[in-house]
Amino acid sequence: MEWETVIGLEVHAQLLTNSKLFSGASIAFGAEPNTQACAIDLGFPGVLPVLNQAVVQMAIRLGLGINADIAKKSVFARKNYFYPDLPKGYQISQYELPIVLKGYLDIALEDGSNKRIQITRAHLEEDAGKSLHEDFQGLSGIDLNRAGTPLLEIVSEPDMRSAKEAIAYLKALHSLVVYLGVCDGNMQEGSFRCDANVSVRRKGDKKLGTRTELKNINSFRFIERAINYEVERQIALLESGGKITQETLLYDPQKNETRPMRSKEEANDYRYFPDPDLLPVIITENMIEAVRRELPELPAQKRQRFMDQYGLSNYDATILVSSRAMAEYYETVVKESGNQSKLAANWVAGELSAGLNKFNLEITDCPISALQLGKLVLRIADETISGKIAKTIFEALWNQEGDVDHIIEKGGLKQVTDTGAIETLVDKIIAANPTQLADYRAGKDKLFGYFVGQAMKESGGKINPQQLNDLLKKKLNL
Amino acid sequence: MTYQTIAQLTNDLQNKKISSVELTQSFLNRIKQHDKTLNSFITVTEEEALNHAKAADTQLSKGITHPLMGIPMAQKDIFCTRGIKTTCGSKMLDNFISPYDATSVQQFKEAGLVLLGKTNMDEFAMGSSNENSFYGPVKNPWDLERVPGGSSGGSAAAVAAYLTPAATGTDTGGSIRQPAALCGVTGIKPTYGRVSRFGMIAFASSLDQGGLITRTAEDAALMLNVMAKFDEKDSTSVDQPVPDYTTTLNNPITGLRIGLPKEYFNQGLDPAIAKTIQDAVREYEKMGATIVDISLPNTELSIPAYYVIAPAECSSNLARFDGVRYGYRCKDPRDLEDLYKRSRSEGFGNEVKRRIMIGTYALSAGYYDAYYLKAQQIRCLIRNDFQEAFKKVDVILGPTSPTTAFKLGEKMSDPISMYLSDIYTIAVNLAGLPGMSIPAGFVSNLPVGMQLIGNYFEEARLLNMAHAYQKTTHWHLQTPKGF
Repeated sequence: MEWETVIGLEVHAQLLTNSKLFSGASIAFGAEPNTQACAIDLGFPGVLPVLNQAVVQMAIRLGLGINADIAKKSVFARKNYFYPDLPKGYQISQYELPIVLKGYLDIALEDGSNKRIQITRAHLEEDAGKSLHEDFQGLSGIDLNRAGTPLLEIVSEPDMRSAKEAIAYLKALHSLVVYLGVCDGNMQEGSFRCDANVSVRRKGDKKLGTRTELKNINSFRFIERAINYEVERQIALLESGGKITQETLLYDPQKNETRPMRSKEEANDYRYFPDPDLLPVIITENMIEAVRRELPELPAQKRQRFMDQYGLSNYDATILVSSRAMAEYYETVVKESGNQSKLAANWVAGELSAGLNKFNLEITDCPISALQLGKLVLRIADETISGKIAKTIFEALWNQEGDVDHIIEKGGLKQVTDTGAIETLVDKIIAANPTQLADYRAGKDKLFGYFVGQAMKESGGKINPQQLNDLLKKKLNL
Repeated sequence: MTYQTIAQLTNDLQNKKISSVELTQSFLNRIKQHDKTLNSFITVTEEEALNHAKAADTQLSKGITHPLMGIPMAQKDIFCTRGIKTTCGSKMLDNFISPYDATSVQQFKEAGLVLLGKTNMDEFAMGSSNENSFYGPVKNPWDLERVPGGSSGGSAAAVAAYLTPAATGTDTGGSIRQPAALCGVTGIKPTYGRVSRFGMIAFASSLDQGGLITRTAEDAALMLNVMAKFDEKDSTSVDQPVPDYTTTLNNPITGLRIGLPKEYFNQGLDPAIAKTIQDAVREYEKMGATIVDISLPNTELSIPAYYVIAPAECSSNLARFDGVRYGYRCKDPRDLEDLYKRSRSEGFGNEVKRRIMIGTYALSAGYYDAYYLKAQQIRCLIRNDFQEAFKKVDVILGPTSPTTAFKLGEKMSDPISMYLSDIYTIAVNLAGLPGMSIPAGFVSNLPVGMQLIGNYFEEARLLNMAHAYQKTTHWHLQTPKGF
């Protein structure tokens, strides 16, 4: 039987503010427990929330970034439930009237085509604190530093049909929020968290299957694995005649399995109602326009521009715009190289990205500056060095051995372009290999490569390959 | 000197006829003498009061100070006071010492007023008789067998008995105006948003408004000059200029259009009270006011709407009292659920629990539309009633309460009849309008309150009208026997 996977994602993006959603307390990561929680965050009697206006700008930015409607009026609501890390006994969120509605994000599929993922809504809400169940000998510890941290919850339609598509969407959204400067995207610190709603149905069925919710998974790799595990579990269960229970599951990356978090019996009635302590958020057309004017170039636009302006392929352009820093790096390399855009793309998307991946580095931690890589590309282009030697210099640059020209100079790596010198060398090689010469001339064309290799070896790879080719051909075919 | 108004006392203080320490000591003495009987204070802050009075005297001796420097006052125990116990009349907060001052507390502190203590109240401001206090009921100084009204019953009784010249109150459905009426003092509930709610422990956030209980309208104006202010810590506070309320006190009443809503003079009203109010209306006529009969057709819907909205908000506002971070915690909880259940059922009193239950029900899935949403629609109708009325009149006048002070225990077993005692005051909160209650006479030796309702931010007009009445009448100057 053929099954179809259906995935919808809820992303919690922590907004890049200095202070909390409704108080002036700091949201810096990693502080000592309960040192960044004021009376408001602690839910003391009599305290009142005041909206951090910066988040409204950020929500508008995101809304524009996903081509969504920005609500002229949105309303904060209370989501009521008891838990020790929820100091007020309710979470302030948005319910019936969220700030952002109906957007979309286009993702690039493996076959090179694009797919549009609809985004239902994005709403503002405060984070809860953290409950720590270990290290307290049968007790629980509560850290309220995180309580009140501003989040934007971005909810997609169930438009994704595989874990791969889900990851493509998440990566595109991740890149977007970082581009927009609304989220630092740090998944380890929980700034970008994802819940996945997963169900399966028979191919061709219109009705959605019963879904399960996978909670709070904090890396792309784990999300992909968790979804794949869950899809297999559901299919196996259905094929053996079982039924899917609608429940919330926790993914255990160590065991690579999902297990129930809370059961349905405990399902809460959150008793949402508009928070009477807060006024509706009113957004005018002027406010939206002001944000629009300040909007940076977004990944999709940038990708198109890279293709048009630099003549890149969709594939290369996608890699190069994956982060704002990467795109900036690339454009600096292009400029320094005297507009060798394609050669620059090969180096940045190729050698450099491979190096970064190998050492698990971000472009911002790259040991080679864009200026140096640009110069390297320039030296290839102006034929000072050969492409082969360039790889040696790249490694030297990676190891911080100094400036490109200095490395060339010191290592005597300059390409030999003097025709006389090359001719002398070629003559020498031909003279030293009479057997091969005879064979070649008898029709063994493949031996041409042998002569090239010998010449390169003799010169330490410094001969201009084109010149060598031309000369060799001339002399061998005499 | 404890029998004088703030207007007189401030004069004497500024002219150094008396010192703030002397004045404060006199009130402290009266509290010691009478409050065992009245039970109007939960906490008396004698030491702090005398220290503040001393500091005020130093300021006064240097000249140029805030006009109210050195005047003693009391805060309803719903306003958070740093370092001083803030109980909200509940066992739940019997051990709670606030780490911060409410905005109103801070404002009065900065103006140099001296805090005598924290007044008794119905638990979490839920009640109309002050019998729902963990600290015991407050007695009405006019008749010690009767209630002072609620929930600001401690404030009203303390002012009526001259234990303090002024006290703050809060008014969610009549909690300033009704006790002011029952104790024969002046009470003002400003427009919703005029006074900061920051640090005022929330009962029903969309209805709660802080205000004042004083002896006279003039004193209320002086005090409101300090209390009314935009506060950026309260999102529902309104950033609108605050007039000096004393400058318009003596404006003429001539030509003022006063509306009498027929729904406020119906069969539920004690006929003797109706007559008292009619007499007051005639006073205004004599001053040149025009009397207009009006209708507020949705008045009777205000109680059911209120008893959905207020409990709904309270059920959520009081969720923070969970025994985890502060306040009452049950002994030896077995687990988290036990901690919640016992801390809350042992820490809250019956009326509070009743309202939490009602509110939780009203907000539950499947009931929200039928109750909460419907109540909000009624609220719109009530607001519209008033807006229609204010097209025809400048001020609305009626009784504050359908009866005079009732006996202690009389309505405790019948919450509905207790709720009905707020029939004339609740609509004002639902609409967010300013309202006052001023003494208008006596029925069987018990004070009768007259309610004045103004349009949004027209506190100055209400104070002007009340002051005009107090200049020609003596009801507000009566002293209960034994005090």
